[in-house]
Amino acid sequence: MSTIIVLVKQVPDTNAKIAVQGGRVDLSTVKMEMSPYDGFAIEVALRHKEATGGTVTALTVGAAGTEKILKDAKAMGVDNIVRVWDDSWSELDSNALQTVLKETIQSLGGTAVYCGKSAADTGAGSTGPGLAERLGWANASNVIGAEFGDAVTVSMPVEAGVAKVSVPLPAVISCDKGDFKPRKANVKGIMMAKKAQVELTTASAPESTVVVASHSMPAAKPAGKTFEGGSSASEVVQLLRDEANVL
Amino acid sequence: MTNKIVIAELTKGTVNASTAELVSAAQAMGGDVTIVVPCTDASVADAVTGYDGVSKVIAVKSDVFAGNDSSGWASALDSAMPAGTVLFLATARSKDVASRLAARRGLSVVQDVVSVDGNNLTSPIYSGKANQTVTVNADTVVSVRANVFPSVESGSSNVVSVVDASGDVKTAVQDVMQRASARLDVSEANIIISGGRGMGSPANFSHLEAVADTIGAAVGASRAAVDTWDEIPHSMQVGQTGKTVNPNLYIAVGISGAIQHLAGMRSSKYIVAINKDADAPIFQHADYGIVATWEEALPVFQNALSSLLG
Ligand SMILES: Cc1cc2nc3c(=O)[nH]c(=O)nc-3n(C[C@H](O)[C@H](O)[C@H](O)COP(=O)(O)OP(=O)(O)OC[C@H]3O[C@@H](n4cnc5c(N)ncnc54)[C@H](O)[C@@H]3O)c2cc1C
Ligand SMILES: Nc1ncnc2c1ncn2[C@@H]1O[C@H](COP(=O)(O)O)[C@@H](O)[C@H]1O
Repeated sequence: MSTIIVLVKQVPDTNAKIAVQGGRVDLSTVKMEMSPYDGFAIEVALRHKEATGGTVTALTVGAAGTEKILKDAKAMGVDNIVRVWDDSWSELDSNALQTVLKETIQSLGGTAVYCGKSAADTGAGSTGPGLAERLGWANASNVIGAEFGDAVTVSMPVEAGVAKVSVPLPAVISCDKGDFKPRKANVKGIMMAKKAQVELTTASAPESTVVVASHSMPAAKPAGKTFEGGSSASEVVQLLRDEANVL
Repeated sequence: MTNKIVIAELTKGTVNASTAELVSAAQAMGGDVTIVVPCTDASVADAVTGYDGVSKVIAVKSDVFAGNDSSGWASALDSAMPAGTVLFLATARSKDVASRLAARRGLSVVQDVVSVDGNNLTSPIYSGKANQTVTVNADTVVSVRANVFPSVESGSSNVVSVVDASGDVKTAVQDVMQRASARLDVSEANIIISGGRGMGSPANFSHLEAVADTIGAAVGASRAAVDTWDEIPHSMQVGQTGKTVNPNLYIAVGISGAIQHLAGMRSSKYIVAINKDADAPIFQHADYGIVATWEEALPVFQNALSSLLG
């Protein structure tokens, strides 16, 4: 039986405008949602369970208020939902976050972990491989297809092209968009999710050594030049050479 | 926190020129710079012995570097490297290895750095809609975006010390189903020309390929192009659910400039847009906009390039 865990993170709606106030991103008016790649990770986790049996637990490390994404995961069909937090935490750096995830996954007895290839806020892609190293497990990243057996056989980009790679379990698999279309929650799922209890746990986190100092808006680009008609393309080529120096 | 270790980026078995940018990023953080070259054949390290401002070059020789397993890479590198802050190039594989190496050493990792001021590192967040500056108070593993930092000059003659290493490989490639095309991948190109739905058909991408061949560019695509046409693979997609690219020049042809496309290419140094609709949002982000159909503009563009470079 597999104990499958899927990591989900709450992030700002990816269509939202981001504003900086007093050196910090102001998210007070921004709608929050599940990071898009985590939806693909849930889909793959559910397919793993359908192939081998077992349970799927959705797990987030987040402050009070992040339960909504766990309920969304529940509505899609995961069995259990867990939130990990300690009110003394604020911003966890990657070392602290992965330490918390490791401890939680070990206590849940996880045998396969799925997560997004990168979170929509950080864009980092650190969590999957870092967590795998801490657990002493295999990992695969940017996975676009998966088949399940004693090992998980994934499709992923490698230097030579796209390869089928055999990943022995236990493992952490970071999911890209690929062939997976996240299933839509049905009415029954949504009703179940309403009633579902979020299990709250905690863990010990080392002090963060990477601390957010400030946020800023990217430097605004000076207005560009616009030309009418196809014949202007030769003028643009000249400017790319003389003004931009990129040719 | 004074030692800086630059991991040379290995592309198809040789050292990627952006490694010289990593050295100047390391210098901006301060301290003594060592270059570590992962390789299967130590002569590969000769490419970096000329770099200025480097006190040591270590070639780490291991079979694991012929493969893709990030556990193998991280364990082999770890066994052969001194302590310190480690810098990788922010490519998909190196970001994975960086994360593993950091975890192995109990360190934190900061990805996609685009600016360095001593212990303050800045990276884009929210797909480039904002920047985040963090202060690092201990040794850290860092990945640095290509095409942002200047390259260090070459004129030195460092000696290479060779270390044999073995790594803990955990995964196995069974089959390569889709060979990488002979074309450059968008994530490693200095110039990219991308086509969108406005190209009308996948066959018309041959016009983009012709331009790409003239200027050594990679060919990319919007999601609408990838989703509409089977001939355009997802590996070409630029954007929020595709690749994030950071070239010197990005040429968008028949692409409207949806926010999810911008997320993948807005940090390009120069952007050219060719679109028949003067109100297309892409023009607000273009340094040079051409309001025309590609059928009119591309042949002129191609001719001008050929006579300039041919
Ligand atoms: C969650 C999510 C993730 C997404 N991720 C991505 C992503 O990673 N990458 C991405 O690109 N999109 C992504 N999208 C889709 C995005 O919203 C747009 O739908 C897509 O970028 C549009 O592609 P396009 O510009 O090619 O097509 P369109 O928006 O249809 O634009 C075609 C353009 O071509 C122009 N045109 C037509 N004919 C010609 C001609 N003959 N000559 C010149 N110009 C012509 C038109 O004026 C128009 O501006 C995502 C969407 C969502 C919801
Ligand atoms: N706080 C968190 N709680 C749960 N999962 C997380 C958290 N942060 C990151 N993840 C998972 O790790 C993936 C990659 O995140 P990142 O390494 O930040 O790009 C996300 O898509 C999530 O699946």
